[in-house]
Order: sequence, then C-alpha cells, then structure tokens
Amino acid sequence: MSLIEIKNLHATVDGNAILKGIDLTIEPGEVHAIMGPNGSGKSTLSYVIAGREGYEVTEGDILFDGKSILEMETDERAIAGIFLAFQYPVEIPGVANTTFLKAAVNARRKAAGEAEVDAMQFLKLLREKTKLLGVTDEMLKRAVNVGFSGGEKKRNEILQMAVLEPRFAVLDETDSGLDIDALRIVADGVNALRGPERSMLVITHYQRLLDYIVPDKVHVLAKGRIVASGGKELAQELESTGYAGYADTEAA
Amino acid sequence: MVGTAETLEQVQALEDRKYKYGFVTDIEMERAPKGLSEETIRFISAKKGEPDWMLEWRLKAYRHWLTMEEPDWAKLGYPPIDYQDAYYYAAPKSKDDKPKSLDEVDPELLATYEKLGIPLQEQKWLAGVAVDAVFDSVSVATTYKKKLEEKGIIFCSISEALRDHGDLVRQYIGSVVPYSDNFFATLNCAVFTDGSFVYIPKGVRCPMELSTYFRINASETGQFERTLIIADEGSYVSYLEGCTAPQRDENQLHAAVVELVALDDAEIKYSTVQNWYPGDENGVGGIYNFVTKRAACRGRNSKVAWTQVETGSAITWKYPSCILQGDNSVGEFYSVAITNNRQQADTGTKMIHIGKNTRSTIISKGISAGRANNTYRGLVKIMPKAENARNYTQCDSLLIGSKCGAHTVPYIEQRNPTAKVEHEATTAKISEDQLFYCQQRGLSEEDAVSVIVNGFCKEVMKELPMEFAVEAQKLIGISLEGSVG
Ligand SMILES: Nc1ncnc2c1ncn2[C@@H]1O[C@H](COP(=O)(O)OP(=O)(O)OP(=O)(O)O)[C@@H](O)[C@H]1O
Ligand SMILES: [Mg+2]
Repeated sequence: MSLIEIKNLHATVDGNAILKGIDLTIEPGEVHAIMGPNGSGKSTLSYVIAGREGYEVTEGDILFDGKSILEMETDERAIAGIFLAFQYPVEIPGVANTTFLKAAVNARRKAAGEAEVDAMQFLKLLREKTKLLGVTDEMLKRAVNVGFSGGEKKRNEILQMAVLEPRFAVLDETDSGLDIDALRIVADGVNALRGPERSMLVITHYQRLLDYIVPDKVHVLAKGRIVASGGKELAQELESTGYAGYADTEAA
Repeated sequence: MVGTAETLEQVQALEDRKYKYGFVTDIEMERAPKGLSEETIRFISAKKGEPDWMLEWRLKAYRHWLTMEEPDWAKLGYPPIDYQDAYYYAAPKSKDDKPKSLDEVDPELLATYEKLGIPLQEQKWLAGVAVDAVFDSVSVATTYKKKLEEKGIIFCSISEALRDHGDLVRQYIGSVVPYSDNFFATLNCAVFTDGSFVYIPKGVRCPMELSTYFRINASETGQFERTLIIADEGSYVSYLEGCTAPQRDENQLHAAVVELVALDDAEIKYSTVQNWYPGDENGVGGIYNFVTKRAACRGRNSKVAWTQVETGSAITWKYPSCILQGDNSVGEFYSVAITNNRQQADTGTKMIHIGKNTRSTIISKGISAGRANNTYRGLVKIMPKAENARNYTQCDSLLIGSKCGAHTVPYIEQRNPTAKVEHEATTAKISEDQLFYCQQRGLSEEDAVSVIVNGFCKEVMKELPMEFAVEAQKLIGISLEGSVG
C-alpha cells in the first residue's frame, strides 16, 4: 500500500483557490522532491497535508496508510506520523527546546497509552540526535527558535524530526538559508532517517540539495498543479532552463 | 501542593490519637448573628477568647469602617455587596451538611483534581466530604511544629498566637497595614476569624517551606483571613499560601490581610497560588477576592519577594506591596494573573522607596481569555531620601481571543533625582502560527496553549518554590481550557 496518496486535491485559503487538482502518490521508503516557482502552492500543499486551520479541501482526498485523513485534527495527524519541517519555523518564547520536544514525545506516548518519558532517558536520546546534527546543548536549553539564526532554525527542525521519527515528513525549503557545511550536515541527518518504512517529500528551489538527498522522483508544481514529473534528472534540467517552459502549461 | 502519603499517615495517626483522648468536643455548632454590628464583633472576639486590647482594636476598626466608602477606582464591575446579609462567624459545619461521598461532589471539580494528580484522600478533604479521619491540618501542623520549635520558630494560627504570644502580636499587628488603611482591610480588622502567625528568631533560617495548606482546615479557611509574618534580624523564611486545587466556599466575599515585617538582613519569600472558584462561564457564584498584602522592609539589607499565581476568583483585587524603609532593602514582585470567561482581575503592586539604595523589581504577566478583563495597576514611589533607588518594571500581557481585555496602569512618583525607574510593557496575542506549530508536533490545542502560556510566564514561574511550581504549571493549562477555538 502507498504510504501517502493525494488524489485530485483542490484547496482554498481564505476563499482563494490555491491547489487545483494535485495527484501524488508516495510509496514507503521513497523520497520525492517538489520544485516550482514562488507562490505556486508548495507550502500550501504542506499545510493542507498537516491539516492547518483555514486551509480548506474543496475536492479530492488525502490518504495516509490507505485511510483518509481529512477529518483528523492537526495533532492527530502528527501523532499518526506526519511531520512538517517548516519553511519559517515559529518562535515560542520562554519554552526551552528540550521542554518542547519532551511535550511532543509525551503527547505521542499518551496517545499510545504509555507513561511519560523518563527525564534521564530522554536526555540521553536527545544527546544522540544532537551529535548527529551538530546542535549544541546550549541550543537545547534556549527557547524554541528564539534568537536562532536562519540556519539554526532549520537544523532545529531536523532535530525535531530525528527525535519524533515520523513516517512521513514534508521538508519545506529546509535548505534555504543554510551554508554549504550546514547543508551537508542537515542532508546527512535526513539521509540517516531514510529507511524502508519512511517517506519524505522535499520541497526545494535548488537542485544542489538533491545532490545530497537523492530523490526517487521529482515533480514540478505550478499554479496549484503538478505540471511535470520525472526522475532526478528533471531537477538538473530545471536548473538550466528555469520554470519558463511550465508557466503556462496545463496539468501534465 | 499535594501532601504526600507520609503526611496522610501522620494525619491518620494524629486523628486516631485525637479520638482516643477525645478533645474534639470544643467545636460548637454556632453562628454569629447575621449581619455586622458591634455585637457580632464582640461575639467573635469572645468566641476566640481574645485579650481586651484585641477587641478594642476590632471595635475601633469597625467604627472607622462605618465612615468609609467602598472603593470604585479599580477596573472591576460587580453588583453591590450587602454587608448586612452575611454571617461573619460560623462554627465548622456538621458532618450531616457535608457531601457523604465524592459521588455527591460536582464532577467538574473532581475532573480538575484528577488532572492535578491529587490523591483520593485529599480530594475528599478539598471537596469537603465528611470522612471519619478528616484531613485535619491543625494536627499535621503539630508534627511540624516540633521541628520548628527546636529552632525557636513560631508557626501557628493567629488565634493561638494571641493567646500564647500576645505581646509579639500586639507589637506588630496593624503596624504594616493600619486599621484605617482601606475599606476591605478595615473590615478585616473588625471581623477576621483566623489566619497564620509566623515568627522567625534572629539568625534562623527556616528549614522548611511554611504552608497554610497543612494548617488550616480547608472548608473553614474563612473569608476574613489575617496573616502576620515577622522575620527577625538575619533570618530567612519561605511561606506558601493557598493551594492549586480549586477551592469552593459559600462565602462570596473574601477580604484577607497579610502583613510581613523584615528586620535587618532578614528575607521573606511569600508565594501564593490563588485558585478560588471563579464562577461558571457567566461568572455566577464566583468568589470576590479583595486582599491587602503589604510588607515592611524595616531593616537594613532586608528583602521581601512576593510571587503570585492568580487563576481563581470571579474578581481579584490585590496589590502586594513593599515599603522599602531600611537602607539597601529589596522588594520584588512576580505575578501571573490569568483571567478566563468572565473573570476580572485588577492586580499589581506598590513599591515605596524610602531608604537609600533601595531596589525593586516588578515582573507582571497578565493573561486574558474569553471575555475576561485583566488590569495591572502599579505604583513606584521614590521618596526624597531614597538616594540611588532603583526600580525595574516589566508588564507583559497576553491575549487569547478577541473579546478579552488587558490594561496596564503604571503610576510613577519620582521625588529623588538620583533614583532610576525603568518601565517596559508589551502586549501580545497567542498567534495562530504558534498554535499550529505546536499542534503539528502532536500537542493538543489545550496543551499547546498551556505550553505557550507557561513559556510566557517563565520568569515568574521560576521564582516559585519547586513544591509549587510543577502543579502551578499544570494549573495554568487547566485554567485556560476551552479558551481557544
Ligand atoms: N491567506 C491567504 N490569502 C490569499 N492568498 C494566500 C493566502 N496564503 C497564501 N496565499 C497565496 O497562495 C499562493 C501559494 O502560496 P505558497 O506559500 O503555498 O507558495 P510556495 O509555493 O510555497 O512559494 P515559495 O516558493 O515562495 O515558498 C501564493 O500566491 C500566496 O500568495
Ligand atoms: Mg513556500
């Protein structure tokens, strides 16, 4: 069974039609990339998958594990295993990164009918993950994303993903704002999480990221539709030609 | 905070002993005559076996009260209170009037106890269920008292103190909040029924957090509580008042007075969690809480820190203050006030700088949700002799939803040019972005609000003693349930 299946998805934001019939199927273990011009609806797609309020599905369906998730709340989808690495991670003043992560882990344990995570054990788990991503202990103590540099925020998103171990992750422009070294660290972190059960949807503007995180498929999103799909060579092609050829294309 | 199993065992043990020796009989089922009169006051004083000077003081206060008018300057709205339509002294309820078991208790109240993780036995006690071994906190205190006595510390009810330490009480009572201070405080002087008394001798560091929770029989906390704490030279005490569990009381009006005195080099930390019944969504049946709390930093280098988490009551009117009289004395005020539904809070502090090099810090966090109103009202007064006085004030307001209100009313009186007064204020809303971010990580909407609000209050929460902090955090979440969406 496909892990995620998006069928003829139409969605509006504040009454404006943004997604206009998206079809996308991702098998377990696959990594797909989505590229496309600014404003084409990439982030909107990620929010609709995550179930953000105000993003209304007007037609079509999203299946996760073969079941529609449209009636599920945001937190239920998260606990079911859907993770979104935000294009613009949000600051939460006064809440230590560790506290926040622990709350997220405990929410999952509660849903599974398990006891809260042991504080010492949790710290141990965190240490393992932070080492992999070059996140310092100091950053764990700081308030979630507050005063983090652009690159640190992105790294923090991947840290959260590594701790929460979702089955399906959407990475929305995780590469933007990263320097070359950070890009490699983040890509290594992401690759370490690749596995036969876990799928990812990587949103990016740059082929460069896809040299590190090699996708199984690449899709081009324009004006709320997928206008082209192909292998990783499609990304290279786009790098040289740009989106000009797709701007006026109707659905592929 | 929640008593441990150990505490309950102690209660049990003491309870058993009490029955064995049979000294339960002196509780008479009696009420003062309805309404307020000299007769009522004489009745209360006689009931307590008070010295004459105490009765005289009460009567003086009462006569003054008759000439006073109820204040209306606070940003609060409530129907007029009929002071003649109330009882000012009631002996403890008989068992027959109490719920027989938890089945008879409001399930909503029980659900909250559950969420706070309060043990069953204590749930019964808090809900006022008639049980054989009533969690009689007076007895528990007896156990602690021995430990405290070894250090010369006095910790007892103010009625006991009037009997056993009359001179100390007489020396200090009314010395911080005079009998004529304000409408509610004056009323309290006339009719207070009980409260706590603490004396820490010279150079003694109190070895444990002192808490009323273990002392006062919850169902009879009384609407007019009076607390007096004296920290003698070089001593230290941390005092906890209140309880995170929601408390109900038939008496709608509560007018407590708390007086603190810190002598040279002494330090008092006074922490409160106030969670009186706020009423239903429409505010019906909630407690009116009009409190006068004031500290005199009388000695050099003395220090008083007020920390409060205010989540309950329909109306809160409360300004814990510090009179910084001794040179180099320090006053601190850390406050979280949460109002939801129809709750109204008008709270803040007064820092009166009299001595040289006196310093004060005010951190106030106001959170409003529903149709609630939350006002910070603060006064920083620098007297002419307060050379180099310093104040830093930070008032942050957080709004949840669009029907609530937050107001900041800082008054500053600067009468010494060498003093520095700083004031910062912010107002923010919980953003949809923050909620979505938390929920995307798996937090329920309510948990998300709780996490965000706790983050907002962090600077205050970290001032709470550990014993209080964890539950206070949960309480913040619970108070805001149903405030979003
Ligand atoms: N609340 C809103 N009301 C109206 N239009 C909106 C709203 N939110 C987003 N949009 C529009 O939806 C379109 C898609 O936005 P989206 O953020 O999904 O683009 P994107 O592909 O992620 O772009 P980028 O590459 O710049 O991140 C844009 O034209 C945007 O202006
Ligand atoms: Mg985007």
